[in-house]
Amino acid sequence: MTAELTGPAVTTVEIATEADLIRVRQALRAACERAGLGLVDSTKLITAGSELTRNILTYATRSRGLLTVEQVHAQGRSGVRASFADSGPGIPDVAAALTDGFSTGGSMGLGLPGSRRLVDELEIDTSPAGTTVTVVKWGR
Amino acid sequence: MSDTLPILKIGDTLMVALQGDLDDAAVVRIEEQLTREVVRVHARGVLIDVSGLTVVDSFIARVLARVVAMIRLLGAQTVVVGISPAVAITLVELGVPMGHLDTALNAEQGLALLRRLRAEADRGSDR
Repeated sequence: MTAELTGPAVTTVEIATEADLIRVRQALRAACERAGLGLVDSTKLITAGSELTRNILTYATRSRGLLTVEQVHAQGRSGVRASFADSGPGIPDVAAALTDGFSTGGSMGLGLPGSRRLVDELEIDTSPAGTTVTVVKWGR
Repeated sequence: MSDTLPILKIGDTLMVALQGDLDDAAVVRIEEQLTREVVRVHARGVLIDVSGLTVVDSFIARVLARVVAMIRLLGAQTVVVGISPAVAITLVELGVPMGHLDTALNAEQGLALLRRLRAEADRGSDR
């Protein structure tokens, strides 16, 4: 077992109901604090996480998913990486889903495109077996 | 989480401060409670302070816009105050349209704006 000085390196939050939105935001806020992100960057990441969690609650099979949060380091900077994974049914048209105002769920269609603007990196890995949206926010 | 939201009444103005991390059910409850209270006390103005909210995502923003529209239908004006710089930056980048909301920096300026809005409404201008 490896010694861990900064608390658990990886946090997971199961997403199943709207009440989990609060746990997602808390997990992201804690990770932002550990990584030393400023208030604006933290607010952006937490808000993006909130939108991506809503996507899972709205679109994913049985409205279920899993958030994995970890601290990342590169070139002397710290950041937070958050992955939102579900087990289907996949995003049929990723390009459309990343377009402002496109929604099949009766919302404003800001979830994915809005989240992408709020973070430094956003990656989508999708198939009928499941979708994982991974976002990274770096400290300044 | 508490089920009732403390709503202050000063003259014919209602003041409410949203606090902490709200789940969706709480946000919808606030909408119902505020509109009911506007009718019950015949309020003419409502001040919603969001400075205690840690996050305003698109859902919360949409409910805020909705409650402002409802209150307008009930004959009262609403001003949203206390949007922090971090929340303002985030909402604009997220792309949430908030331009139609009347906002002010703090409660004092919010009350001044409410008075102006009501004076306009009383003169029967197009608001």
